[in-house]
Amino acid sequence: MSTKLFTFKGGVHPPTNKTITQNVPIENAVDPETVVIPLSQHIGAPCDPLVAVGDKVKVGQKIGESKAFVSVPVHSSVSGTVKKIEQHYVPGGSKVNCIVIESDGKYDVHESVQPKGEVENLTKEEILSIIKEAGMAGMGGATFPTHVKLSPPKDKTIDVLIVNGAECEPYLTADHRIMLEKPDLVLLGTKAIMKALGVNKCYIAIEKNKPDAIKILQKETANKEGIEIIPLEVKYPQGDEKRIINAITGRVVPSGGLPMEVGCVVENVGTVATIGNVIKTGMPLIQRVVTVSGSAVRNPKNLYLRIGTSFKDAIEQCGGYKEELGKLISGGPMMGIAQFTDEVPVIKGTSGILAFSKKEADIPESSNCIMCGRCVEACPVNLMPYKISRYAIQKNFEAADEYHAADCIECGGCSYICPAKRPLKETISVSKKEILARRKKAK
Amino acid sequence: MENKLIASSSPHIRNDETTQTLMLDVIIALLPALVASIFYFGFNSIILVVSSVASAIVTEFVCEKIMKRPITITDLSAVVTGMLLAFNLPASAPWWIAAAGSAFAIGIVKQVFGGIGFNFLNPALAGRAFLMASWSSHLSTGFIDPATDAISSATPLSLIKSGSIGQLPPIADMFLGNIPGVIGETSSILLILGGIYLIYRGTIKWTIPVCYIGTVAVISLFTDGISLLPYHLFGGGLMLGAFFMATDYATSPITDKGRVIYAVGAGALTMLIRKIGGYPEGVSYSILLMNILTPMINRYIQPKVFGVAGGNKNEK
Repeated sequence: MSTKLFTFKGGVHPPTNKTITQNVPIENAVDPETVVIPLSQHIGAPCDPLVAVGDKVKVGQKIGESKAFVSVPVHSSVSGTVKKIEQHYVPGGSKVNCIVIESDGKYDVHESVQPKGEVENLTKEEILSIIKEAGMAGMGGATFPTHVKLSPPKDKTIDVLIVNGAECEPYLTADHRIMLEKPDLVLLGTKAIMKALGVNKCYIAIEKNKPDAIKILQKETANKEGIEIIPLEVKYPQGDEKRIINAITGRVVPSGGLPMEVGCVVENVGTVATIGNVIKTGMPLIQRVVTVSGSAVRNPKNLYLRIGTSFKDAIEQCGGYKEELGKLISGGPMMGIAQFTDEVPVIKGTSGILAFSKKEADIPESSNCIMCGRCVEACPVNLMPYKISRYAIQKNFEAADEYHAADCIECGGCSYICPAKRPLKETISVSKKEILARRKKAK
Repeated sequence: MENKLIASSSPHIRNDETTQTLMLDVIIALLPALVASIFYFGFNSIILVVSSVASAIVTEFVCEKIMKRPITITDLSAVVTGMLLAFNLPASAPWWIAAAGSAFAIGIVKQVFGGIGFNFLNPALAGRAFLMASWSSHLSTGFIDPATDAISSATPLSLIKSGSIGQLPPIADMFLGNIPGVIGETSSILLILGGIYLIYRGTIKWTIPVCYIGTVAVISLFTDGISLLPYHLFGGGLMLGAFFMATDYATSPITDKGRVIYAVGAGALTMLIRKIGGYPEGVSYSILLMNILTPMINRYIQPKVFGVAGGNKNEK
């Protein structure tokens, strides 16, 4: 193993809290009685329903689709009857059209679900089509349609694929368990994506706090040419795609640009393993591994959950709440979204469900900025968070723009590290939204 | 669910460090030198520190009450200012000097400008400058020589200034603090110990003290040679200034590069004052001057935003 640790400048070291679940094997979740499947679980155009109330559906059956290129279909995760098609709250905080399916408990698999054969026998176009048809979107949380990412414009040459197994968010261990338990699927997915992109170089990047995953994947890839395992320094936000590209290749994605501009594509390792599963079994994205953890959960676990299962059901399978709930988070504690109810469905981008006790959820009151410079040091984009935040609070968005508020990746490192507990990221996010909206308007 | 959940924006966790824990670290780091000052300069040291700290806390409380601001005395920053101000007084100074200096430091230098983080000068040093201007006889003459308990002893730096090099104390005494000077500056070894503690805890970075002391060392080597080097480093207020005064967050640059410029500037000004200026010691004025330059350093020395070609927008 290389002794050099790859990393970026800046960042923070929050307690990882991963030991709670990192040794808990992935457990198949109890079958849900009903699933609520949102027609929009990805970035891009929402799907139109392909089924009507009263229809019988099977596992893996396509139930929603859009004609737009930047969109992916959704599939039923159970077999049963469509009960309702209605607006329902999703973890993003908004109301989205959802298909409510009552499970018949039989799990009849739809006829369309067929193994796709060997990667060697598939063409580039076939792989892209399989990925799109399987409803693949980035499962790290961003849920950008995978086939779009893998179809760069003609003038961009991609030469490097990075499989992102950093999992730098505290608490989350879903990707860690996937790498340990499904290394074959990770490898299969990697091969498929490499072929779809036409690249010969792939780095599987893993933070050093997962030595077992590094070892297993090193063994798995020992005689595979072009695939290299990269141990990363344990630091947040190591898994941010621009950080990981910079750490491994030294390339700098330009401000406002995409990884493809420096010849890179970054895919979350959970997404890659799911693509492996799609090729192997033909089953589209209807299930995912979710870390259920936090101080208010009785038995934290890594659950293999069907899309559409409610957070409430997921937590009940982990012994329920052991104390009064203060905060419920979809995703990790650094970038996840706080929920106001546990009656929201698990979607393709749900990497974690964190239940915080009142005490853990408590954010101390903020006081004056003492100009210590910790936020400047922590910012992976080299911004001056204290300054942008000050302008944002004054609603001086022009000045915030001058200080590059729009380049903020909203990792939250500044707010985390601030001794005065100032809402730095929170206020910068507001100014970023405003700046981007104004730019759009000006166009 | 009847239970109302907190639905705030991310991040959902914060680290344990607070303004209060940072200030507490500074207080802990100053304690050994405080003990040494009592040992060498007697009971009046503790009277000065207590009256200075008490005055700082009361002033902060009263100002914040009048200005209807949240009361921040529990963040301990006023305690730090009070201690540092007292550390800058000769042992024979009366208690009310300490109280007046702290009141000025907190009331005028800190609270009038907006409280913690908004002061553009180090409050303790500005308080000391105020005392120098108002009661200079109490500040520049009342030194005590711990060896003889005699008042008005000349400090090592004033001996150098007047050319009385033969009367300089032994180097070991300087390390320990057994020399005339203001109460908190003489025990170099304990101040360095406190400084190392702060660097180890991450409360301050090494940049400012190392660059500041390094610059003084290099310049004094060239101007006064190796024999006087220990006196320039340990005979005045350099250790107290470099570790505890120049590192004040609000009045020192926010980037590391900026901190290097600031510290080298402070070192050069210190030596300029010592060699050419009217005073034997230049640490406090050099830091105050660099405090004034800090906003400008922050303006011109900014981190280069990741992925932005051709420099940051606000620098164009």
